[in-house]
Amino acid sequence: MKLEPLRYDLKIIASWIEPESKILGLGCGEGDLLYWLKKEKNVKERGIEIEESKVVKCIEKGISVLQGDINEEIEDYPDNAFDYAICSQTLQQVYEPSNLIHAMMRVAKMGVVSFPNFGHIKVRMQLALAGSAPVTKELPYSWHDTPNIRVLSLNDFKKFSEQVGFKILKKAAINTKENQRHGKMVTFLPNLFATYGIFLIGKE
Amino acid sequence: MSEYIDQDQSGATVGIVEKQFFTFSTPPDMMKLESGSSIGPVTIAYETCGSLNQDKSNVILVLHALSGDSHMAGYYDPKDTKPGWWDIMVGPGKGIDTDKYFVICSNIIGSCAGSTGPSSINPETNKEYGTHFPMITIGDMVEAQKALFDHLKIKSILSVIGGSVGGMQVLEWCVRYPGMIKSAIPLATTTKHSALAIAFNEVARQAIMADPNWNDGHYYSDKKPDMGLALARMIGHITYLSDESMRLKFGRKLQNRSALSFEFGAEFQVESYLQHQGKKFIERFDANSFLYITKAADYFDLAGQYGSGSLVKAFAKCQSKFLIVSYTSDWLYPTYQSKEMVKAMKKNNLDVSFCEIDAQWGHDAFLLPSDRLDNLIRGFLRSASDET
Repeated sequence: MKLEPLRYDLKIIASWIEPESKILGLGCGEGDLLYWLKKEKNVKERGIEIEESKVVKCIEKGISVLQGDINEEIEDYPDNAFDYAICSQTLQQVYEPSNLIHAMMRVAKMGVVSFPNFGHIKVRMQLALAGSAPVTKELPYSWHDTPNIRVLSLNDFKKFSEQVGFKILKKAAINTKENQRHGKMVTFLPNLFATYGIFLIGKE
Repeated sequence: MSEYIDQDQSGATVGIVEKQFFTFSTPPDMMKLESGSSIGPVTIAYETCGSLNQDKSNVILVLHALSGDSHMAGYYDPKDTKPGWWDIMVGPGKGIDTDKYFVICSNIIGSCAGSTGPSSINPETNKEYGTHFPMITIGDMVEAQKALFDHLKIKSILSVIGGSVGGMQVLEWCVRYPGMIKSAIPLATTTKHSALAIAFNEVARQAIMADPNWNDGHYYSDKKPDMGLALARMIGHITYLSDESMRLKFGRKLQNRSALSFEFGAEFQVESYLQHQGKKFIERFDANSFLYITKAADYFDLAGQYGSGSLVKAFAKCQSKFLIVSYTSDWLYPTYQSKEMVKAMKKNNLDVSFCEIDAQWGHDAFLLPSDRLDNLIRGFLRSASDET
């Protein structure tokens, strides 16, 4: 199978992962990131994905994956079974994010969390000027059909880390275009100009 | 399992295959069974497709279900109208690709399809064993297959694959010979029968034993308990389907009539279907084999036997990589039973993949043509062979 170039945000996550490590991908989709890490960094991968068709895609690629709900499936792994638990663009869809973060910090030494930034200027403008619930490229759903029930900003995540009790080891604020294939780092007012935030987190 | 033997749409086939036999445990070196009894000699029927590579690293063992046999793919004779029972899966370019793998399907001890079973001649009496045949277990089936592998001088198996009672043998292999099995695909199976599954089996067995022709299992020179066996098969078929599949397939449609005729014939299509399945079955299966194999399936309890009740403990020595597949409409071995397996494997840090396929066809879905299952098995086998 040909190794496709990774999406911009996944490239950043991949760059943070040590070779030969053990990875748990939560909501791993069709397994693009896990497949890339397996081929390029020789990691031992496990994925959890709820959609049958995506699970099949993973297994076709040779990725080890379980079909199921990430909140339930993460519970059965022994403590520190992984080096990294990765939750890429899924946290905003989780009913109890703090429970999931605790579970990630139990089964893995470190965690990677990424999510669309609800503090982005376009989001703010839509609510402030049009007075309607924001719909953006990163959060493309209407209020009534969105799976994104826990929208948050980069600043919110920092506060959350203090409340829940984990350390932010690395962070990247990014701005992406062309379906996230390309992008750049945002250093100036990231909470206003970044479309996504990516965090490497560790235990306190 | 049912018979869904159809020609593969692609026309790809392994071609002509031959049933082979291996006999071992000739007295006085009898095979010790889990029940404490011994038996010998024991013959196992098997078939192979594809070719064994130089370092013998491309071996796949396919294990059949309750009513299956060693004839997994291809034809015995160019005039055969039907190929082996898993011809849709096993063949050149198929899910289990015979261009890459050397695929062996071993019949089980207790069967009536070439291996030693209750219809075989007991050398002590020169008559069929009948119910003098000792009770057998899933473990005994695996031991007999292991003897075949020793004979073939194959020390490592790339993958063991099987559904239903075949899936139980897959799990037993992985627990019994952990170092030998690189990967395993248990399909639509369980680590132990639920009370529901035992109940259906018991009703089926009672149907056979209540047939006056059964004669305590000694019927081989007389009339066979055909009614009982057909009834047992009809019960089995209900459990292999599902409410949904029966609704879609039959509903309340009538058989060869436009109105109810108010009689005890097969008025509804579902009645006619079950009767047809029963009749077909008695032509090829032995009632005593049905009794022994269903009993072996009921005895199977991986946690009880290998983990003092704990499934986590039972899998502790396993080293294989697993792909577990269940079906949404399988009410004989529902998904929760596969998930229990997955859970215990995760707790042992085993490399396990799990997929619940959305299918309306009930337990038997694993035998029906499905691109989804083909792709799952093909991808999993590729990664298993890359890793070895």
